[in-house]
Amino acid sequence: MRQETLKRPRVGLFVTCLVDLFRPTVGFASVKLLEEAGCEVEVPMAQTCCGQPAYNSGDREDAIAIARNTIETFEEFDYIVAPSGSCAGMLKKHYPTLFKGDPWEERAAAFSAKVHELMSFLVDVMGMEAVSAAHEGSVTYHDSCSGLRELNIREQPRRLLGSVSGLKLKELKDADVCCGFGGTFCVKYPDISNKIVEEKAVNIKASGAETLLAGDLGCLMNMAGKLQRQGADIKVRHVAEVLAGMDDGPAIGGGGR
Amino acid sequence: MQITSPAFKANARGALADPHLQEALGHVRSGFIDKRQKAVDALPEFDALRDSARAIKDHTLAHLDLYLEAYEEKVKAAGGRVHWAETAADARSLILDICRAAGARTVTKGKSMITEEIGLNEFLEKEGIRPVETDLGEYIIQLRGEHPSHIIAPAVHLTKNQVEADFRRAHHHLPPTRDLSEPASLLSEAREVLRAEYFAADVGITGANFLVAETGSSVIVTNEGNGDLTQILPRVHIVVASIEKIVPTLADTSQILRVLARSATGQDMSVYTTVSTGPRRAEDPDGPEEYHVVLLDNGRSSMLGTEFQDMLRCIRCGACMNHCPVYHAVGGHAYGWVYPGPMGAVLTPSLIGVDKSGHLPNASTFCGRCEAVCPMHIPLPKMMRHWREREFARGLNPAAQRYGLKAWAFFARRPRLYHLAASFAIPALSAFGGAQRRFRYLPFAGGWTKHRDLPAPESRTFLQQWRDREAGKQEART
Repeated sequence: MRQETLKRPRVGLFVTCLVDLFRPTVGFASVKLLEEAGCEVEVPMAQTCCGQPAYNSGDREDAIAIARNTIETFEEFDYIVAPSGSCAGMLKKHYPTLFKGDPWEERAAAFSAKVHELMSFLVDVMGMEAVSAAHEGSVTYHDSCSGLRELNIREQPRRLLGSVSGLKLKELKDADVCCGFGGTFCVKYPDISNKIVEEKAVNIKASGAETLLAGDLGCLMNMAGKLQRQGADIKVRHVAEVLAGMDDGPAIGGGGR
Repeated sequence: MQITSPAFKANARGALADPHLQEALGHVRSGFIDKRQKAVDALPEFDALRDSARAIKDHTLAHLDLYLEAYEEKVKAAGGRVHWAETAADARSLILDICRAAGARTVTKGKSMITEEIGLNEFLEKEGIRPVETDLGEYIIQLRGEHPSHIIAPAVHLTKNQVEADFRRAHHHLPPTRDLSEPASLLSEAREVLRAEYFAADVGITGANFLVAETGSSVIVTNEGNGDLTQILPRVHIVVASIEKIVPTLADTSQILRVLARSATGQDMSVYTTVSTGPRRAEDPDGPEEYHVVLLDNGRSSMLGTEFQDMLRCIRCGACMNHCPVYHAVGGHAYGWVYPGPMGAVLTPSLIGVDKSGHLPNASTFCGRCEAVCPMHIPLPKMMRHWREREFARGLNPAAQRYGLKAWAFFARRPRLYHLAASFAIPALSAFGGAQRRFRYLPFAGGWTKHRDLPAPESRTFLQQWRDREAGKQEART
C-alpha cells in the first residue's frame, strides 16, 4: 500500500538561510525532488535561519528565540525537510537540548522527531531509489560533517546519484574530513580555515572530477570560493541540483566552464 | 609553563608558516588515523567496549570520594604513601620534600603529562635537582628546551632531520661520523645515553594511566620500557597522578586498556603494561625502597557535577587530536598550554580559566570527528559550546563579534523585517557580483575573501521567488 494513494504527506520546506539568500536553485530543486517522491510541499514565509550562528557562538537566548519561531512555524507539518545536514542537525538534534527543563520541551521534541535532511528523507523515509535526471560527466562528493556524523548521511546521496544516467561518481579521498567552513569559524580563524580548505582542494583536484557536489551550501561556498581563487576549472553544485536535473544554470560562484 | 593561549591566533599563524612543522604534521594526518581504523575494524566488540569503558568511568566519578579513600588504604597496606595535593604548587612542594629527603640530585622521569601540568621540570631545576626525561620523545624535547606538542607523541612536531641535528649538538662526546639516518639509530643512541642516567638517579618519577582502588596499584603503559627502568631502579619511586585516574578494579582496568592503545596508536596493547603496588617486598628481586603517590586535584573536583564532568572520563589516548583538522593545521604548541587539540580545548579552560584560554573552545569547526573517535564517548563539541556560552555570558569574546551576532539575531528573530531587508540587499548584491558571479573582495567580508572568493547570490531570494510563484498560481486559479 503506497502512502500517497491515501494521503500525500505534507512537507514544510525549511529552505535554510544560505539557500534562500545565495542559491534559490537548491530550494526549487528540493521542492521538485520532494514532489517526485509524492509529497505536498509548502514553504512557510515566517522562516529565517535555524539559529546555529547564535547557538554555536554561545548566545543561547537568541538561539532559543529563533528556535521558538521555527517550531511555531513548522510544527503543523507531517515532516520538516531541509536541504542541509547542518541545519537539519540543528533542528533535529540540538533544538531539544535548548528546551531541556522548559515548558517547550515536549513541543520541541515532537517537532524534532519530524525533521529530516533532504537526502535522508527521500531515501530513508519516502523510499526513493532512483531519480529521473541525467548528467553527462564526472562528479565527486564531499560528506559534510554534521550530516555525516549527526544524521548518518553517507549512502543516501550516493545511491540516488547512482541512478542519474550518464553520471560517473569518482570518490573523493578523505571525503569525511571537514572542509574548514565551520560556520563562523571560517571568518573567526581565516588562516586555519584556509589551511583546511587548501587540503580539501588538493583532494578535490586529485579526484579528476569535473563537478564537486555536497549537501550543505556553507561547505559548498567555502570549497567553491577556494577552488575559484586558485583558478581551478571545477564546477561546484548542491547535490539536489543534479538529482533534480536543475544543473544547467551557472554553478556556485559561476565556476567551471 | 608559560601560558600563550591568549596568543592562539598569532601562534597559529606562526605554525602555518613553519615548513618543518607542516612537514611533521603530515605524518599525524596519515599515520595515526589509518592505524586506529585498522585496529578498530579488527575488533567487532570495539563499540561495546567503549560503552562499558564509559560506564566504568561514570560510575567511578559518581563515587570518586569512596574510591579514592579505598585506594589510599590499599596503598598504605602495601607499604606506600599517598600525598594529597590540592594545587600544582602543593604537588611541587610535596615532590621536592620527598626528593630532598632522598638526597636526590638526579631524577629520572617516565612520560607524564601531569608533571607538565604542574611545571615540575623547571621547578626541580631551580631547586638544584636534575630531571632526566627517559621517553624518547620527551628526551628529544628536553634537549630542545621545548614542551610536548601532543599528549602521547610529545615530539610529533619535529622531523627526523631536526632530531638528528639535536643529537649531534647535545651528544658531542660521540664520534661525529656516526650514522644517525634512521629512527632506529636515533633510538639506540638515546638508550645508550639514558642507560647511565637510570643508574645515577636517586628518584624515579612516573605518571599513571590508572590507579586501581581494589589493589592500590598504579598502572603505566609505555612502548619503550623506559617507565619500568624509571620506577624500578632508583631507591624512591614517586607516582604523580590526578584524581580522575582512579578505577575500581583490575578487571575495569583491563576493559579500558582494550580501547586505550587501539585509540591511541592502533596497537592492540602497548608494548609494556606495568602494574606497581607499593615498594619492594622482601621476596621481590628488585623495586624501590619507597613508593609515594602524589594525588593531584588542581581544579578537577570543581568540574564534578558541572557540564564539564564528562571530561574527567578522558584517558589521554590522543585520538581526538589525531583526528582534528585544526590540530592537523597548527600542531599542539599553538594551543599555548599543556593540553592541545579538542581535549585541551575543553580541559584547559577548566584548569587555567576561560579568560586565558577563550580561543581554544572557539577554534573548532565542530566537525565532530573527535567525539566520533573518542573511546570514552566524551561529547567534546558540546562541551566546547558550553565554554562559548560562558564566554558569551561574561562578555569575553571580541566586541565586534558580539555586536555582529546581535545585529544578525535582531533580524533573524523578526521574519518580516528579515525578508524585507533581504529582498533589497540580496538582488543588489547579486547584481554587484556581475558576470563573474563572485567577489574577490567585499567590505566587511574580509575574513572570507582574504583566502577565497565569495560566491554572489544567484538572483532574488528563494522566498521572494516562491511567493511570486504561488501568487501567480493563485491568480491563474481565480
